[in-house]
Amino acid sequence: MSLRVNDLRVHYRTLRGEVKALDGVSFGMADGEILGLAGESGCGKTTLGKSLIRMDGRMRHAGGTVELDGRELPVGDDRAMVAFRFHEVSLIPQYSMSAMNPTRRIGRMVGELLRSRGVTLDVKELESRLDLVGLPRDVLGRYPIELSGGMKQRMVMVISTLLDPSLLIADEITSALDVSTQQAVAKALLGFRESGYVKSMIFITHDLALTSHIADTIMVMYAGRLAEKAPSDRLTKAPRHPYTRLLINSLPEIGVRHQDRKLTGIPGSPPSLLDPPKGCRFRDRCPMAGEECAEDPPPVEIEPNHFVACWKA
Amino acid sequence: MRQYFGRKLLIYGLTFVVAVTVNWMIPRFMPGDPVASMLARSRVSQPAAVEAMRAYYTNLFGFDQPIWQQYLNFWGALFQGDFGISIWVFPTPVADVILGAVPYTLGLMIPAVLLSYWIGNRLGAFAARRKLLDNTVLPVGYVLTAMPYMWLAVILAWGLGVTAGWFPVAGGYSFALQPSWSWAFLVNLLHHWTLPFLSLFVVALGGWAIGMRNMIIYELESDYSNYLAALGAPTRLIRRYAFRNAILPQITGLALQLGVLVAGALVTEIVFSYPGLGSLILKAIQNQDFFLLQGTFMFIVIGVLLANFIIDIVYVIVDPRTRAGMAGAA
Amino acid sequence: MTTTTTLPAEERVVRREALYFAVRNTKLLIGFGIVLVLLLVGLLGPLLLGSAPPNEYVAGPMLPPSAEHWFGTTTFGQDVFTQFVYGLRTTFLAGAMGGGIAAVIAMAIGFVAGYRGGLVDEVLNMLTNVVLVIPTLAVLLIINAYLGIRSVGLQALFIGLTSWPWAARAIRAQTFSLRSRDFVDLARLSGVSTRRIIMREIAPNMSSYLFMTFILLFGGSILIAASLDFIGLGPTEGVSLGLMLQNATQWSALQLGLWWWFVPPGAAITAVVGALYVANVGLDEVFNPKLRET
Repeated sequence: MSLRVNDLRVHYRTLRGEVKALDGVSFGMADGEILGLAGESGCGKTTLGKSLIRMDGRMRHAGGTVELDGRELPVGDDRAMVAFRFHEVSLIPQYSMSAMNPTRRIGRMVGELLRSRGVTLDVKELESRLDLVGLPRDVLGRYPIELSGGMKQRMVMVISTLLDPSLLIADEITSALDVSTQQAVAKALLGFRESGYVKSMIFITHDLALTSHIADTIMVMYAGRLAEKAPSDRLTKAPRHPYTRLLINSLPEIGVRHQDRKLTGIPGSPPSLLDPPKGCRFRDRCPMAGEECAEDPPPVEIEPNHFVACWKA
Repeated sequence: MRQYFGRKLLIYGLTFVVAVTVNWMIPRFMPGDPVASMLARSRVSQPAAVEAMRAYYTNLFGFDQPIWQQYLNFWGALFQGDFGISIWVFPTPVADVILGAVPYTLGLMIPAVLLSYWIGNRLGAFAARRKLLDNTVLPVGYVLTAMPYMWLAVILAWGLGVTAGWFPVAGGYSFALQPSWSWAFLVNLLHHWTLPFLSLFVVALGGWAIGMRNMIIYELESDYSNYLAALGAPTRLIRRYAFRNAILPQITGLALQLGVLVAGALVTEIVFSYPGLGSLILKAIQNQDFFLLQGTFMFIVIGVLLANFIIDIVYVIVDPRTRAGMAGAA
Repeated sequence: MTTTTTLPAEERVVRREALYFAVRNTKLLIGFGIVLVLLLVGLLGPLLLGSAPPNEYVAGPMLPPSAEHWFGTTTFGQDVFTQFVYGLRTTFLAGAMGGGIAAVIAMAIGFVAGYRGGLVDEVLNMLTNVVLVIPTLAVLLIINAYLGIRSVGLQALFIGLTSWPWAARAIRAQTFSLRSRDFVDLARLSGVSTRRIIMREIAPNMSSYLFMTFILLFGGSILIAASLDFIGLGPTEGVSLGLMLQNATQWSALQLGLWWWFVPPGAAITAVVGALYVANVGLDEVFNPKLRET
């Protein structure tokens, strides 16, 4: 087991109180696994991603543990986490377009970053990785503004994986890209795993269709909790949680004309996490909700590696 | 980059034309006969001066000529460096009077502006996101920028000059001395320079510190800072980058503040009777010496335009993106 | 950010929230408190002091502060406190008028340039840049020197006419970013006139920003007016804080050690302008949730 998350709770401090953005999430990841993390915005997927590498100033680790390769990650301790960042856990951020210092040549910035982490830049290695993602070597002598959007994205991917981290978190990295670039990015990520640059990967997205192409396992979150987690084909073909089903039904399918199948959004909105209601959080929007849903449904492994948190599953 | 400079130069050229035009227009647009009113208002006792003035004014205003001819004549005189004759120190040409004062103003302003800019930026950058320091630098900075330049000058002159007696409070050097390149004179010059410099420096300092602090906080919240932090880069590196990027808007800020800084220098000089352009302006106003006043105005405008242009060049040197655009690679 | 802190943002909620933070923001409260106190002194002081004009010789010369003359007297025996109170009035007037005129010009130019774009924007931008580069005080010097009789109103008018450019630039940028928003598009598509769109859709959406701009222009006008007064180009009639400073230095208050003559006016200017700036920072924190400390 490469990553083990146990009952992780992370709260946002706001003036109105603590928002329980992550409210007891447990899951595991095998070595070399790519985990797709999906859900509506506000479900806690980005919070989970951030928690594993760097919490922002308003986040508070309220409980639970994270273990990476058998060692505990001090997720709540900003200083202690430094040793793990980049070396063990790395991040491809949502904002790749603006992730590089605009006033430094890229090569120099990478050099300075590595030196600050006590590593000397291996130019050969860096260049071979540029080749892998199809970037010309002279990008290192350029400023970020001289790169196209797709090039910046790939450059950030190369930088983030330069120290061969055990876990890579890719946060919504494809949402701003067009479809063909999305495919290229997905391919590059798979290439990174092949080449052993990263061991396992969490791919955060709201795009279930794309996730199913590259992820081995998909985890769907809802209102700060795990809803369903299963191998990609199981989850897309035989979802058990009503929320997952609705999500998948709301996907537009290629080749299906819209008149034939209506695109259905899910009516309603998730509950406030400031003071979440008791019981199943999807209850108010769930077409199948019943009496027992007043109790919290625990995640149950209904078949090997298929977890569902629903009484009706 | 050529476009960048072309645009800037166009603006400066236009500004110069506007300034000259304003300078030409104002005496003509004010109610009444400008020649008569100027002669009446000027307190010149020498008959020779009065005659020269009348001749000069009439010639300059040239009311027998069409208005566009008057305007062209004005430009012609300007390009010959002819700003008229000073009434206050008749019959010295205005240009000579001004050139005698310019070194004092520059000697005061350049060190005060550069030093306050440098230290203020450092201070602001250092204070940003450091609770204790921030809580002192910020309020002090706001009080300093809110201070009228002349008031701090008056307070310093009174406190360190009159009361403590450490510094002289009037003039550019002691009346007993003749300007020369001797040590005694230079020390005396420096002694007189200290207080005006200090008051300019201190007031300007606050603004830079506040500006930099706000910019740094903005930069520390930017995406590249977050990315570096997520990759475990030390605060030192992140702050270094932030400073480097925050200095860019601060350079623009320097250009925007030039007018205020000049104004500050002028009133500070007046407080200390420092023999620069400020004192010249005061004398011009007191003696109704309009040529001197208008000449000083032109000098200030030209100086500010030149300074703006220098700042533009510095900006291009400091911001690689403007140069990158020039290379055409993208 | 994927927290659920932001509920469907309704105007009213935003307003109420702003008020909630406003009454808890110490910078805002202290800043506006100081301004208000000094404003009241300026407004009510002259009424309470009776009918003696501020430049009247009322007592012995060079008297230090006492119960009778709170701020002492000048070399001529004028009561400094009376001058101070009247001067505050003038200073606020100069600030409000100068800042107000500058704000109106800045809004007119900023809105039109930002909303229309294209050639109109180019021309207005050029104009803005030209006025921005010209040193304000130098122009004001020339204008005021040629004015035989100078009044506070005229002074404020010229200050307003010369100090709008930076604000116009800022408003232009804001308008530019609002221009392509849905509600503006909707209004445009439904055939609402440009004027109406600017007044009804754009201006209200940046009202807090406009208010903060006005505050800065207000403070700036006070400082410029004080400098002009100090150089000797202040109003030919009446009293202002800048004129007090000018008189004090001109009549050797420094050499004679009459600190009560030159300390109060400068301190008052510093207090008003500084308090305005601090209040502005407070306002920024109230309206800009990112800056609120948690």
